[in-house]
Amino acid sequence: MAHNSKVLVAMSGGVDSSVTALLLKEQGYDDVGAHMKLWDYVDVGADIYRDGRCCTLDSITDCRFVCDRIGAPFYVLNLSAHFREQVIDNFVDEYRAGRTPNPCVRCNSEVKWHEFLRKARELDCAYIATGHYSYIEQGDRERWHIRKGRDVTRDQSYVLWGLSQDALAHTLMPLGGLLKSEVREIARHHGLRTAEKAESREICFVADNDYRRFLSEFEAKRGRSFVPGEIVHTDGTVLGSHRGTAFYTIGQRKGLGIAHPTPLYVQEIDVAGNRVIVGDNDNLFRTGFTVSSVNWIDLSPDRAVEQPFDADVKIRYLHTPGRARITPLSETEVRIEYREGQRAITPGQSVVFYRDDIVLGGGLIDAVR
Amino acid sequence: MKQIYLDHNATTPVHPEVIEAMLPALSGIYGNASSVHTFGREAKVALETAREQVAAFINCDPSELYFTSGGTESDNIAVTGTARQYRDRKNHLVVGAAEHQAVLAPANRLSTHENWQVELMPVDDDGLSSSDKLRELVTDKTALVSIMHANNETGVIQDIPALAAVAHEAGTLFHTDAVQSIGKTRVDVAAMDCDMLSLTAHKIYGPKGIGALYIRQGVKIAPIMFGGSHEKRRRPGTENVAGVVGLAKCLEIAQRQMDQDWTHLTGLSDHFIDTLMGRLPDVRLNGSRSQRVPQTVNLSFAGVEGEAILLSLDMEGIACSSGSACSSGSTAPSHVLIAMGKDPVVSQSAIRFSMGRSTTKEQLDYVIEKLVATVERLRAMSPYYKRESA
Repeated sequence: MAHNSKVLVAMSGGVDSSVTALLLKEQGYDDVGAHMKLWDYVDVGADIYRDGRCCTLDSITDCRFVCDRIGAPFYVLNLSAHFREQVIDNFVDEYRAGRTPNPCVRCNSEVKWHEFLRKARELDCAYIATGHYSYIEQGDRERWHIRKGRDVTRDQSYVLWGLSQDALAHTLMPLGGLLKSEVREIARHHGLRTAEKAESREICFVADNDYRRFLSEFEAKRGRSFVPGEIVHTDGTVLGSHRGTAFYTIGQRKGLGIAHPTPLYVQEIDVAGNRVIVGDNDNLFRTGFTVSSVNWIDLSPDRAVEQPFDADVKIRYLHTPGRARITPLSETEVRIEYREGQRAITPGQSVVFYRDDIVLGGGLIDAVR
Repeated sequence: MKQIYLDHNATTPVHPEVIEAMLPALSGIYGNASSVHTFGREAKVALETAREQVAAFINCDPSELYFTSGGTESDNIAVTGTARQYRDRKNHLVVGAAEHQAVLAPANRLSTHENWQVELMPVDDDGLSSSDKLRELVTDKTALVSIMHANNETGVIQDIPALAAVAHEAGTLFHTDAVQSIGKTRVDVAAMDCDMLSLTAHKIYGPKGIGALYIRQGVKIAPIMFGGSHEKRRRPGTENVAGVVGLAKCLEIAQRQMDQDWTHLTGLSDHFIDTLMGRLPDVRLNGSRSQRVPQTVNLSFAGVEGEAILLSLDMEGIACSSGSACSSGSTAPSHVLIAMGKDPVVSQSAIRFSMGRSTTKEQLDYVIEKLVATVERLRAMSPYYKRESA
């Protein structure tokens, strides 16, 4: 263990981060519990009567009790300005640009493993810790990599593709080798309040999971509106109108407001032409697309940019990775060609490349072509 | 680990004599002071005895003193009660720009919900209010001027008699929040010539949850709470006799200790400020050095965020506070420092050290060592701090 054993534990108030704090304490680390305050009800229009959301005073109280129980200091760190700029504004901008963002990934790269890590260093902590069900290991050539956790139903390696070597070298994830059921058992055994707490799966700042509601309200507050336009079939026929391309996502079927003999699915968002293009389900299956903002984790940059190689590629959180060929185009761009068509490859979503259960790297889906 | 408490402006430990004085009121004399029977009458006597003591302390008549749950409640009654009383004749309130939220918030509420025009009385870069400026602001439509005696963040003390005089010239009532000054410097409502004054026990070694509001004889304000005839209907609710007894006792102790505390804290404060400034460059004291309750030292450390200092010191066992950090994670920069014209970056770097009776030079020397080490470490990693090259 490093001479400095202080670790800033990111605590949401849920059972995973509570047990993270507990296990690290048992392993001899000097825990400092910290809850990241990322947004305010006033800004995101959430329903204040819904409990259990991160960033409510109740989650903070739960963190407090856990830290008191394990004898660690506890602080609330306000990162809401950074979160607003890097995550919320980005979320809105991406939808407006015809892409479907993944704010949790963005938060990881820009807030947790950036601002939060910086705060940890200000507080003289050698590490930060999170309750992700993943392993962080040092492989050959002393490069850090991420490995899928033991609990396959909880694997969160997909959202961690953006982490730098510096971030990985200073992050502890003690839950990698545990099953969720084991984590709850540990919490129960130690009498932690959070043992039975329900999980939160949605975007933390969109309490009701209705991103369209969030977009409308958020933009209304900024005095910005959406421009209606045409919904067009892939064969060119104008079928109806949309209320703003930002409200649509690839593969979407519901909410088109069009009567049609066969089911219609959003195929493409044409921002320049202000059109939403729809078609049948089969047309959603594609094999080739480009990726930008690539971050290489296991492959060192000098090795990555050379030859094409094969890997298991995942294009969505809930997606079974498919075998594909990755052709580097530059240090931060690649082209992916799947062997078999994958449904609804969506610009803006994260794509992650795996070799077995190791994350090689990832990036953002750029264009399907 | 050594624990050093330098947050006396937030609250103070209860003096052992105060606890002793309160115990009989918790277990022995437990009756409801409004009850007709013996138990009630005993409690009533204890209540009224304490009232006389507190009244004597601030030089008012017992009939002019009303017990409340503390400074926040007293401020709310003063501001909102006055506004409601005068709503047919007046429409303007003047409150200090550096007031505590307990004054600003009710004033703001009156402006957003009850059609009152609220104007802020500015302070200069030392945190002081000028009578000339106040004279420009008050009109014949002003119902109340509220300016605090001593500021909770900087310790700055206002010239209340001069300000009250200006208010009275214009036919306006004057209220002052004396929560941070009571028991530390002389608070005499006659000498101050104020119409209302708020005070509390827990900043002066008394219990939390008890305070008082002085309302000059003849001044009418509307009640804001309803449900009983206690405190002449100005503050209904079963009286907190134990609290009141505690309040009276802590003020009695303050009376006998005030001068020696002032001298002791002035010495410590000067030592702290001078030593720190000698050890670290780019440190600024926020607020007038001379017109100040000496125990309060509000410092800005260029290039470093206050929160990082605060938390680092806490991990070393040292408790202080920051005007822009609180346990619920709000980091709006201190409105007090902004009112003093400090730029937001300076106010984000401000830390408040508030000493008390238990503070020693040894403790301060230890704090100085830790503080210097922390600030130097943070400045070294700060992208914002420009080092003077040697």
